[in-house]
Amino acid sequence: MDQYLLSITVFLPLAGGLVVLLVPKGQDRLMKQVALVASVLTFLASLWLLGPFEIGRAEMQLQERYLWIPGIGIHYHVGIDGLSLPLVILTALLTVVSIVYSWRIDVRLKEYLFLFLLLETAMLGVFVALDFFLFFVFWEVSIVPMYFLIGIWGGPRKEYAAIKFFLYTLVGSLAMLLAILLLYFNAEPRTFGILELIGQQPLAGVPVLAALSFWGFFLSFAIKVPMWPFHTWLPDAHVEAPTAGSVILAGVLLKLGTYGFVRVSLPMFPETFKAYAFVIAILAIIGVVYGALVAMAQTDLKKLVAYSSVNHMGYVMLGIAAAAGAVGVAEKANAATIALNGAVFEMVAHGIITGALFLIVGVIYDYRAHVRGVDDFGGLGALLPRYTGLTTMAMLASLGLPGLMGFVAEFLIFVGSFGVFPELTVIAVTGVVFSAAMFLWTIQRIFLGPKNPRWETLTDLDGREAVSLVPLAALMLIFGVYPRPLLEIINTAMTSLVTVLR
Amino acid sequence: MPLPIEDIWAIVPEIWVAGLGLLLIVLDLFVPADRKAIVGWGAVIGLALALLPIAGMLGVTPRTAFFGTYAVDGFAVFFKLIAVGATVLVILSAMDVLRGQTRFEGEMYILLTFTALGLILMAASADLILLVLSIEFVSLCSYVMAGYFKADRRSNEAGIKYFLFGASASAVMIYGFSILYGLAGHTNLYAIAEAVHTAPQPALIVALVFALAGLGFKVSMVPFHQWTPDVYEGAPTPVAAYLSVASKAAGFAALVRLLVVAIVPSGLDWVTLIAGLSAITMTVGNLLALPQRNIKRMLAYSSISHAGFLLMGVAAYQGDFGTAGLLIYVLAYAFANLGAFFVAVVVGQRLATDEIPDYAGLKARAPTLAFLMAFFMLSLTGIPPTAGFFGKFYIFGAAIDNGLLWLAVVGVVNSVVALYYYVGVIRAMYLMPAPSEEPVGEPAALRLALGVAAVGTFLVGIYPQPFVDLANTASLLLRL
Repeated sequence: MDQYLLSITVFLPLAGGLVVLLVPKGQDRLMKQVALVASVLTFLASLWLLGPFEIGRAEMQLQERYLWIPGIGIHYHVGIDGLSLPLVILTALLTVVSIVYSWRIDVRLKEYLFLFLLLETAMLGVFVALDFFLFFVFWEVSIVPMYFLIGIWGGPRKEYAAIKFFLYTLVGSLAMLLAILLLYFNAEPRTFGILELIGQQPLAGVPVLAALSFWGFFLSFAIKVPMWPFHTWLPDAHVEAPTAGSVILAGVLLKLGTYGFVRVSLPMFPETFKAYAFVIAILAIIGVVYGALVAMAQTDLKKLVAYSSVNHMGYVMLGIAAAAGAVGVAEKANAATIALNGAVFEMVAHGIITGALFLIVGVIYDYRAHVRGVDDFGGLGALLPRYTGLTTMAMLASLGLPGLMGFVAEFLIFVGSFGVFPELTVIAVTGVVFSAAMFLWTIQRIFLGPKNPRWETLTDLDGREAVSLVPLAALMLIFGVYPRPLLEIINTAMTSLVTVLR
Repeated sequence: MPLPIEDIWAIVPEIWVAGLGLLLIVLDLFVPADRKAIVGWGAVIGLALALLPIAGMLGVTPRTAFFGTYAVDGFAVFFKLIAVGATVLVILSAMDVLRGQTRFEGEMYILLTFTALGLILMAASADLILLVLSIEFVSLCSYVMAGYFKADRRSNEAGIKYFLFGASASAVMIYGFSILYGLAGHTNLYAIAEAVHTAPQPALIVALVFALAGLGFKVSMVPFHQWTPDVYEGAPTPVAAYLSVASKAAGFAALVRLLVVAIVPSGLDWVTLIAGLSAITMTVGNLLALPQRNIKRMLAYSSISHAGFLLMGVAAYQGDFGTAGLLIYVLAYAFANLGAFFVAVVVGQRLATDEIPDYAGLKARAPTLAFLMAFFMLSLTGIPPTAGFFGKFYIFGAAIDNGLLWLAVVGVVNSVVALYYYVGVIRAMYLMPAPSEEPVGEPAALRLALGVAAVGTFLVGIYPQPFVDLANTASLLLRL
């Protein structure tokens, strides 16, 4: 059973989605139950992975490898390590949360659930794929359901946002396709295996091709992250996407980009990445500061959270760029490991925190106030105590309050990157100040101050919303106070990655 | 010189299809006007049976027959399969559209059968004269088919336009062939190949450019593409489907054979020429497809852009990826494009419109049809897990393998542009509200054709190994 566990985890959602398609029209409740069961089973399967997974072992575990297209040496090859395991569990968790939250969707429910489950399979696939062809297929398949989720269930400008998202990400992924082919044709023997190619370093001796291939991957990952200046699709997509779509978009899809940087760019092009690390770190810093400042200027709560994502993904990229900057310098290896640990921890933290924040916006917007302007509210704290508590907690976690998850991540990133790019890190820390100001000001405007009589009738969180939010809040606290179990898993993989880079 | 008996064996499929056509003419005389579908089914069954002897020759050792004029190799077999297979599917899709429209229904099936014969001959011609004859044979049948709806002005326009453009393109091509003959002293491609390296290069370039005019017309290569949108729009939709797939594929077969057999030995830098034409063709086709609102015009411009991608495959026709890449792309394109046209056939028939905005809410009225159309659109864009993705993957690989990275980059940019207009159809079907809830059904014969196209598109995308094997076998092109 364990030997097929990864494949089962990846394809369970798709199987569930196909069952949803078979449910006859009108049986809405049954469809939702099937989708929920499929996503919960997937989540359990992803937790089950923790059993056979040996935390101290650095190499890929639970690998499965079958010939798929022998003619050109393409394998179905999957496996996990300390980098992908947390992201797999995060994906499965956020999908369950999203499906629970979507319980009241009544427009074209069948398609909605199917697309969500298809999306889950694609995202899980990206995190476990160890063959570039497979990686690329999952990567592309993840775009299509999100296009429909935004385009059908989105807000007023949904079509514009959906096609913009599709076009942006397709530019990136096709650039990546060329980069993959460059690697393939320069390898000896030719292979699409990610691990084999990392071992071979096929472009190490050809700097021009290495740079081309590196920037091909970079474009794809940077658009997905999104790094400044490739971020312009993100606010549109987030604002128009349905709440659960935003959760998945921010919680998981953005991580595909940073995951790609750590999984592919760093080990595949260490020298090239090092050469451009400073430039990329500067882009990351711009993302940090710009994201926080623009978020502060927003009056739309959803846009505010979207720009805060640009800010947080900037921290992740700073950590990764710092690790790249330390390539080949033995005394900086320690800093690189810390920065990478922080970057991966931030991926998980941002997934949980921002996922929660988008749910929080959805709670007030979708079924209650139907507005989400920051200035439209005021004094909600006295009306909705439970909602206020959870929101405040998530926002404090996001701004990096010690004791909550975001702090651990940002602290590690700053400690690590200070050892490599001290000046840039100093600038990046100002981003924390701006985002703290932004979130505190937001809390003040929404929950404090005089009561707005318009909202006297609002009701507090209902059970279903609490079920989707409380687990995320609990995780923020648990990993904020005791990050060790998660860090141990990540650390083994990152230490071995840095060893390879040295 | 006595004719060896193996030569007769080598053209069994050709004899079969020719005999089938003649038989159908006779049959058509005796079938009453309201039951002409019998002729159509006769053509479908006869042509499907022809696939067997063709496929049987897949593994043959490459050779020529009839004194070097007719190639017997895997490459020809592959394009014969595409031509006959596409004809079968197109006839299936046409039967409902043509029923009762005119009293010449049976003639359409007969014309399609004879066109299939012409395409088969094109794919295997190894002699300039046979090549010209087969191209003209295909063209003549196609002119009639494009103008098939005599009472419809646009169909008339399509027929005349196709004829005028086609005739001039053929004339220029024949002129180019005559120069080639003058330079080499032979009409046989293999004999030309031996003589061509002594030919003066400027004259050879002139001959090649003129020859490209005729073949470029067949495959809708820029700048010989102008007829495409008007003819596709005016011709009966199944005929447009046929022109966009079968005759384009055969055109590429002839082009590759001409270039690889006769021009390569001359040392002429034809790769740069074809690569440049490829970049121009895909870009022009794409940009003109963007503003189209008529599905047939949009598919016409998209087929021009796909001709550009196929030319990329021609330019990179070398190595493991190159030789198989072109064939896989042809296969992927054939399935997806036929499928897209078949959906357009149903919508054109049932809703009496070809405008993309009228596809609004098709998802609610015909869920399967809309899903398949979306699938074909994604395949034409090149999104996995579809055939189109695998074709693009192969053809980009071929370009990079042959040092044409710049062309692959142009192809990538074009793929992104193409997404916009393909998604426009998906957007109409899935995002727009339906004007009415009335369901749209599809006729049974067409359902079969659609099913084959969909299964093909899916299979090549998800489990391409058998098709890679097929393409590798078929890439055995007889050279010197």
